Amino acid sequence: MSSIGRFFASRWGPILTGIVVGVLAPILVKLGNPGNMGVCVACFSRDIAGALGLHRAAAVQYIRPEIIGFVLGSLVAALIFREFKPRTGSAPLVRFLLGALAVIGALVFLGCPWRAYLRLAGGDWNAIFGIAGLFAGIGLGVVFLRMGFSLGRNRPAPAALGWVMPALMIGLLLLLVFAPLFGRDANGKPVGPIFFSTTGPGSQHAAIAISLAVGLLIGFLAQRSRFCTVGALRDLILVRDAHLFLGIVALLIAAFVTNLALGQFKPGFTGQPVAHTDALWNFGGMALAGLAFILAGGCPGRQFIMSGEGDGDAAIFALGMIVGAGFAHNFNLASSATGPSPYGPAAVIVGLVVCVVIGLTMREARTA
Amino acid sequence: MEQKKTVDARGLSCPEPVMMTREALAALKTGTVEVLVDSGTSRDNVRRLAERFGWTAVINSRPTGGYQLVLTK
Repeated sequence: MSSIGRFFASRWGPILTGIVVGVLAPILVKLGNPGNMGVCVACFSRDIAGALGLHRAAAVQYIRPEIIGFVLGSLVAALIFREFKPRTGSAPLVRFLLGALAVIGALVFLGCPWRAYLRLAGGDWNAIFGIAGLFAGIGLGVVFLRMGFSLGRNRPAPAALGWVMPALMIGLLLLLVFAPLFGRDANGKPVGPIFFSTTGPGSQHAAIAISLAVGLLIGFLAQRSRFCTVGALRDLILVRDAHLFLGIVALLIAAFVTNLALGQFKPGFTGQPVAHTDALWNFGGMALAGLAFILAGGCPGRQFIMSGEGDGDAAIFALGMIVGAGFAHNFNLASSATGPSPYGPAAVIVGLVVCVVIGLTMREARTA
Repeated sequence: MEQKKTVDARGLSCPEPVMMTREALAALKTGTVEVLVDSGTSRDNVRRLAERFGWTAVINSRPTGGYQLVLTK
């Protein structure tokens, strides 16, 4: 193994990645991203869904270059270090469903695990209930894993399959830059198919080049270090291994210090950016997300990163997130700053039931 | 006689290769455990687990892709 490989495989790999995310995310907020949302894989999937017209919530529509960067940065790292290995076939349909359910849960909380930690590091104490829910969901997933839960084996696939997700990301980048107006409204006025928010969180973003560069860097580092915000808690509970968890600690500390330095640390429960104060459903939303993520093998960031390595199953999960985010808004399941929607809690309960059924029924003999 | 066991975790993603390896190591106590994985992530995770439990890991790249870890104690 090369010395770079050894470094990233050591405990310093996740720690370095955590520090880079923790420093750059608050800087992205300073440069225009919404509060405590320097990086949020769920929110950004939701914004991309909106920009593509999969939902029409006018405040949350933008093609987030950070996500594109995650996949392409991971692709570059995987190609350089010979880890680009196209593969698929491990229950893709179930993974699509898990991606959709995970993002619905995350949008009841208003953030993925990455943003949960970033919200905490920005002084948003509501995140504590979200992170507690994340622990609960992951803990339940560990029980299913111990009972023999498995989505089954994948198989090597032709190289072309591995290039599909990077190609889709290039396509998104082109749509972001050119924003073509193919559609027509009733009066013949050009409209869509790409929508960008003019107000609200979707309108708040750093410059494209900066967001893309940060995404590429994080994608590269996360591919090398296997950084995962859900695997971190899972490994801690399941095998008492703090390897990935140290990355989360590093992220929290780095983001806290950077927020302090930038004057962005505002402790409290109320008045937090893109957040609500309903403790029960902050917990419940994240419990659903955590369970769905662990059943699929990794946090949303990790899924996009693995899709860049050629993992077609992770790509299906990621696409499930984008489609699920469309449903979350079209069915009025996502929360707003005023609190959970009337239908969010029911969606979380249905989602939890579906995940429990998946956890109990999907299994494969693991013995050699 | 030295005990030997093979864990075929090809196509599975973590944590499953780690869980299977842990079971095999616990069942054997000493001897040799051969683990087959096909991603660098699983390779690193299995090696870390084995070393944490005091096993020595030797890693070989397989000509058909993936890795063979030979764990001994």
